Amino acid sequence: MGMHVVVCDHKSGMLTSSSLEALSFADDLARKGGKDLVALVPDGLQDKSLHAYNLRSVYTFPAAGDNARVEEYLAAMTALAGKSTPERIIFSYNSLGKALGGQLAIRLNAGLVSNVCGFEWAEGKALYKKSVFSGKAYAWCAIHSEIGLVAILPKAYGVKQGQDPNSPEYIELGPLTIDARMQVVEHRMSSGKTPLTEADVVVSGGRGLKDPANWGLVESLAELLHAGTACSRPVADAGWRPHHEHVGQTGTAIRPKVYIAIGISGAIQHLAGVNNSRTIIVINKDPEAPFFKAADYGVCGDLFEVVPKLIQAIQNGQ
Amino acid sequence: MKLLVCLSKTADTTARIAFDAAGVKFSEEGVQFILNPYDEWYALVRAIELRDALGGQVDVVHVGSSASEMLIRKALAIGADAAFRIDDPEPETRSVAEQIARFAEDRGYDIIFTGKETIDYNSSEMGSMLAALLNLPFVSLCSKLDFADGILRCSTDIEGGTQIVEVRPPAVISAAKGLAEQRIPNMKGIIDAKKKPLEVLPASSISALTEVVRYELPQEKQGVRMIAPDDIHELVNVLKNDLKLI
Ligand SMILES: Cc1cc2nc3c(=O)[nH]c(=O)nc-3n(C[C@H](O)[C@H](O)[C@H](O)COP(=O)(O)OP(=O)(O)OC[C@H]3O[C@@H](n4cnc5c(N)ncnc54)[C@H](O)[C@@H]3O)c2cc1C
Repeated sequence: MGMHVVVCDHKSGMLTSSSLEALSFADDLARKGGKDLVALVPDGLQDKSLHAYNLRSVYTFPAAGDNARVEEYLAAMTALAGKSTPERIIFSYNSLGKALGGQLAIRLNAGLVSNVCGFEWAEGKALYKKSVFSGKAYAWCAIHSEIGLVAILPKAYGVKQGQDPNSPEYIELGPLTIDARMQVVEHRMSSGKTPLTEADVVVSGGRGLKDPANWGLVESLAELLHAGTACSRPVADAGWRPHHEHVGQTGTAIRPKVYIAIGISGAIQHLAGVNNSRTIIVINKDPEAPFFKAADYGVCGDLFEVVPKLIQAIQNGQ
Repeated sequence: MKLLVCLSKTADTTARIAFDAAGVKFSEEGVQFILNPYDEWYALVRAIELRDALGGQVDVVHVGSSASEMLIRKALAIGADAAFRIDDPEPETRSVAEQIARFAEDRGYDIIFTGKETIDYNSSEMGSMLAALLNLPFVSLCSKLDFADGILRCSTDIEGGTQIVEVRPPAVISAAKGLAEQRIPNMKGIIDAKKKPLEVLPASSISALTEVVRYELPQEKQGVRMIAPDDIHELVNVLKNDLKLI
């Protein structure tokens, strides 16, 4: 009784970093509560790092392509819940989890807490720490239903490693009926780059760069630091950069280890999407720029001098 | 096309985030409320564009108190045709989804739009719940939407790219940036909005399965360490030794 299920996704056979975080969270939660943990994954996973998370069994289900569809996950999870009543179902709140969460909550009549970045134990029950107000506050939430869904905010909990692997039993979930009303007809991936939400380091540019032609500065620095690139909202709205690079309260919220802001003033709406970065470095020529108040390191100077010098210094290996 | 846009209110982006002394309730004192940007800028405007291109009507629905009527009128001023408010003063995500599902069930909407999330609770839960309650396909994080030959073709945001999906209406769609461009209501819109219908419907009570026990504010930053702009060596040191980036 009280089994916990962790739902994982993979890319070309390797677990995504957000799934590794969900596994880490689920492992800690199941251990704390003394519960069995099982995983649900689509066919084709080759990644044995799954075995380092104290799983009793791994349930697999047939998936049409490299990325299983939301409807396939829904059918698989509903089938698994019909076989054995899970107490908690844990998954990443990535794009898959966002489509899945509410639909599962209704199907299983389960309470859902999303954007979870931690938990604490109080009176024999878990309380889940949910990030709210775009990172400006946390809500501690309790689940009162028999089945509870816990959706993990990417890059907040971290991946724990180094446990002894066990050998869980693999169980195939038999033929599933998939809702086929919606069809995925194409995937368009931006080649080679780490997705912004998964990048450990992000270099971001604002209106201070003056012209899209100057973005070579942001891109060169990002390349040297193996970083993703981002921008402020007016930069995306002006069409200088693609919309998916817009970070902030009305863009993507990110939590990299290091965020480097170049020529960005640090308006409250911008900060809301980046203030949970572990370390923030700000390069801005205005000593009064609000971003300095939210920064760990600041350089007050002209970006057109500072950034080229920095790029050169890194290239020279200084 | 018959279109429905679900509208949520949210604390203004510049609102000071504070809670009552017990830490259990968001202090609304002095806080301005706005329409949730994803609902207003993207969902509503795309619905209006579809109506203008294909004919039909755009309804908006909001679950909340009469204090929100100003915001609902704004949606009418931007171009929605009719508004409904389900009179529930303190709705929680699941009960919003259940009440909108009951409202929409027999009204024959082709597309029901929500924003991808509200910018205060950031949950992204409502649209997905609504789709399951109405047994409709759910297009999540939609940043582009076209309709031709009876089929909706949607670009949806996924990590590192986009996914193109096709579905026949009816469907529930959550709107992300890119779907449309923000519109400011004009004078004529504001005057017309006063004459458009805004119907108030009774709430039904639905018990919540989750509960916020308390709120907490994050720890303040330690303070910034400034590096002189001509001391690039020091900046490289930070990247190399403190942050281990190079
Ligand atoms: C409802 C709402 C939602 C919003 N959501 C977002 C959001 O999600 N994300 C977002 O980013 N914004 C958002 N905004 C906009 C936000 O308020 C700011 O307008 C925006 O972030 C400013 O972008 P910026 O810093 O690039 O430009 P600016 O504010 O123009 O700042 C440019 C900065 O560059 C510096 N600079 C200029 N030249 C140089 C130089 N040569 N060297 C060094 N520094 C230089 C200047 O000192 C200045 O600080 C939102 C606004 C509203 C009202």
